Amino acid sequence: MSEPVLQLRHLSVDYPTRAGVVRGADDINLTVYRGEVLGLVGESGCGKSTTGAAIMRLLRPPGKIAGGEIIFDGQNLMELSAEEMRRLRGARLSMIFQDPLTCLNPLQRVSDHIVETIQTHRPEVSEKDARKQAAELLDRLGIRAERLDDYPHQLSGGMRQRVMIGLALALNVDLIIADEPTTSLDVIVEAQFLDQLRDLQRQFNLTIILITHNIGVVAELADRVAVMYAGKLMELADVRLLFDDPLHPYTRGLLGSVPNINLTDDNLQIMGGSPPDLINPPSGCKFHPRCPRAIERCQVEEPSFKEVRPEHWSACWLYE
Amino acid sequence: MAHVAKVDAEIGLLARFLQGRKWYGVEWYMTVIGGFIVVFIVVLTLLTFFTPRLAPYDPEGMVGDPFTPPSTQHIFGTDQLGRDIFSRIIYGAQLVLQVALLSAVFSLVVGVPLGLLSGFLGGRLDRSLSLLMDSIYAFPGLILAIALAALLGAGVLNMSIAIAVVYVPIFFRLVRGQVLSIKEELYVEAAQSLGARGRTVLWRYIFPNVIPSIVVVFSLNIADAIITEAALAFIGLGVDPSRPDWGYDIYRGRSELVGGRWWPVTFPGLAIALVALGFSLFGEGLSEILNPRLTET
Repeated sequence: MSEPVLQLRHLSVDYPTRAGVVRGADDINLTVYRGEVLGLVGESGCGKSTTGAAIMRLLRPPGKIAGGEIIFDGQNLMELSAEEMRRLRGARLSMIFQDPLTCLNPLQRVSDHIVETIQTHRPEVSEKDARKQAAELLDRLGIRAERLDDYPHQLSGGMRQRVMIGLALALNVDLIIADEPTTSLDVIVEAQFLDQLRDLQRQFNLTIILITHNIGVVAELADRVAVMYAGKLMELADVRLLFDDPLHPYTRGLLGSVPNINLTDDNLQIMGGSPPDLINPPSGCKFHPRCPRAIERCQVEEPSFKEVRPEHWSACWLYE
Repeated sequence: MAHVAKVDAEIGLLARFLQGRKWYGVEWYMTVIGGFIVVFIVVLTLLTFFTPRLAPYDPEGMVGDPFTPPSTQHIFGTDQLGRDIFSRIIYGAQLVLQVALLSAVFSLVVGVPLGLLSGFLGGRLDRSLSLLMDSIYAFPGLILAIALAALLGAGVLNMSIAIAVVYVPIFFRLVRGQVLSIKEELYVEAAQSLGARGRTVLWRYIFPNVIPSIVVVFSLNIADAIITEAALAFIGLGVDPSRPDWGYDIYRGRSELVGGRWWPVTFPGLAIALVALGFSLFGEGLSEILNPRLTET
């Protein structure tokens, strides 16, 4: 493995609500290596986006990081001031969002967005040079230079998504967090987008955390996959390993519930129940109420997340 | 899409004017009619500053018998001092518009920045400013304006300030609310994730998206301020009794209604109604066109 870019150590995020504190992410330990695509999958509300936002330190209030360390390039982000953190965002780590239709300011031209991002971090770059860079950037993403001065509403969803990638790539970032980047695209645009993202990733050796609930997207793009459930990491492994030999019953459930043209209806296994209410999380393993293989111990004690097999991590009593 | 945009741009101004309803619905007519009244009054009033010869008679001179009913000589009649009411209405607009415009500008200049900061920064500043603005808002507007006008004394500037104070909370609340909702927009989050500074976010991402609502409320505010100005003048807190002023003219004419002399009251009243209606229609129409989501101001 290459050098680690990002290490999460015991990262926890709390959302204080009137009914009680919701732990949106619970004791996350994760290392992201340079040049890899790490897929972060799970059902809605399991803490994927929370983890992503926590890394950027852009949690929406009232969310706050309750504990742990975010080590980015040897530096604990938790110790940085707001201003230092701001300088890091966009320059060294950036984010791609779910909804390309609303991620650009409707009153700013595409060029304004890019020029502004470049000049925010490198004020010495002149407007003219920044524009030139913007044109090159768009060209690389397959958007013709004459669209540079278009407003977001004049672009299609896929183009806006590409502009968003362009913004994230405008400076030489070390880490990109892509939060459900394809959810609102149709399948054809999604396929094009994934192709392009993979090309860019290879070309620039990008490090990407790909947050998604779409197993297919993960299979296509990710090198390693982390599975989250109810704010906890459940399993982490190489993408092949995870698909061929999933250890955690939750991962099996997720993989089994993906429709496949080769399966008949009977073979599609639907996971019963829904993710737990995080104000009153279940005792022991958070997955045990839905787990087909739960044993008594699961109700009482929470399994720790450990390396069960080489390079294959899981939090489950079945592998103790 | 670029093709469509091009075709749009080729449509002439006149065609746009005539076919606006197709794009904007019935509100287009409100805007056009309101806008027409507004432009008409404003241009007319501007002209009165430069030429005294716009009205048929000297608005402040005795040019006929007292209480001449509307006739061909004095189309709106004359008041108790024999002054031509039509001429007084034309020149009276000066004062009304000056005060209304100034007060709306004042409240905008104070209310908008405070609302932007309050909504964007939140916290203690937001709480104290909101409390202050809500307390002002809780007063009946006219009574507050009367108290302030009495306190500050006569004069265009003082009257404008008195009225402006009443309307600052309207701008403040509108802008604050809009900032709070725009702050949640994805493009604001995206800008922050790319390292945009707080002031960049406020100035380039939030403020431009609030402008349409400000324009609308500004126009509606002028309409309101016109009526407030007239009300202040009506109770004798006007600028200067010798200058033509619609509100004050109504006040002096009101006792004549009993004797069947309706014209000294009716025509200034109609003028107030017409101008206020113009600004209201313009503002409401614009609000529909610019921002369909804005229902309450």
